[in-house]
Amino acid sequence: MNVTIVDYQSGNISSVINSFTEVAKGKVNLKVTSDIQKIKSSDKIVLPGQGSFKSCVDSLNKVFGLVDTLKEFAITNKKPLLGICVGLQMFADVGYEEAETKGLGWIPGKVSRIDNQKGKFKLPHIGWNEIEIHKNSKIFKDIKNKSHMYFVHSYEFIPEDKSVISATTDYSSKIVCSIEKDNLFGTQFHPEKSDKIGLKMIDNFLTL
Amino acid sequence: MLKNRIIPCLDVKDGRVVKGINFVELKDAGDPVEQAKIYSDGGADEICFLDITASNENRETIIEIVRKTAKECFVPLTVGGGVRTIQNITDLLLAGADKVSINTAAVKKVDFVKEASKKFGSQCIVVAIDAKKISENKWEVFTHGGRNKTGIDAVDFAQKVEENGAGEILLTSMDKDGTKSGYDVDLLKAITNSTNIPVIASGGVGSLDHLYDGIVKGGASAVLAASIFHYGEYKIKDVKEYLNSKNVSVRL
Repeated sequence: MNVTIVDYQSGNISSVINSFTEVAKGKVNLKVTSDIQKIKSSDKIVLPGQGSFKSCVDSLNKVFGLVDTLKEFAITNKKPLLGICVGLQMFADVGYEEAETKGLGWIPGKVSRIDNQKGKFKLPHIGWNEIEIHKNSKIFKDIKNKSHMYFVHSYEFIPEDKSVISATTDYSSKIVCSIEKDNLFGTQFHPEKSDKIGLKMIDNFLTL
Repeated sequence: MLKNRIIPCLDVKDGRVVKGINFVELKDAGDPVEQAKIYSDGGADEICFLDITASNENRETIIEIVRKTAKECFVPLTVGGGVRTIQNITDLLLAGADKVSINTAAVKKVDFVKEASKKFGSQCIVVAIDAKKISENKWEVFTHGGRNKTGIDAVDFAQKVEENGAGEILLTSMDKDGTKSGYDVDLLKAITNSTNIPVIASGGVGSLDHLYDGIVKGGASAVLAASIFHYGEYKIKDVKEYLNSKNVSVRL
């Protein structure tokens, strides 16, 4: 199996590479690239994202043909794609970090700043929080409800269709932290930094 | 519910782990990669490397350590010490660090914090503040591992780095560091009450109740300690079980 981590020159993806490499050892052929042809011939794609919504979208757009290729892969051909952090947020129609920015528009919804109740909750939401699993997502196979995952973010994805939500986490309100819609998967938390449970989730995605 | 983080810190000099008593007397105590792995397997919520080599010739050493550690530890890794340029940050992140901690360079030019957080995102920019008490409820920022006075008020500076995009503050009390007599809880309170970003408490931990005080009394989101873990007095697990028994939520 060929799995590609999309490297679109935005943010630090070393940890994503390290953890996927660890899990993929000996069973999956892992590539890190923004090469359109290599992405097209992959079986699965990982779309990481760090920094602001706007900076990630801008960086995606800078790679000629990348957005169309990803769309063809995930929407037309319905092949498995996992978005991590801003990688997930970009599935939305629009994001409001830095400036109003158009997202990929794959899952109707918006990305807005977490309501921290006038400073009652510190932002960014940094650290280990429990996830509440809402539906039996394939990537949560053998992962217990209330498992701890590592978060670092100030913005949250609010999808219009609540049935795509596979898990939430409690921080000032129930924040969407995982979605599954057909072949599209996304996590707001960082499985690559979530210790053994995170590696298990990565394994679940790789063995889908 | 968000858990309070327990962060073991490894002071690294020329590729070896050391821990200073009041930043002066150094003791050698091991290989950083191996230590980090032990901590991560033991349940550390994050791992912090503080490079106290600081000389430019040996910067490659810490990068190599980060590279090796990041391949074995799958919890967040913060690296500080001698981070002065955008290139320093790029090198550390590419080697596998998740966050960098900026100290002297932030005091010299707060715009550096802004530039760094804009380029890499606030999530990976920690500003380390070393503060020393100068009078009742007044603390001054020090740099260069506590050697240089700056005349800057610690609370003002904390607010300033938040405005400039810092994602977290790593707050060390210079009076307490190495004394094992507990955190400066008043300093912690002063900073946590006047900022809206997470504060990591550092400097002075000698026993488990000190960690409790840092979180419950000081309002810290995370507690960092070196010696108590390092010389085997306590394991991460002991700390977590203790805090849990006192109703402080931790990742067990």
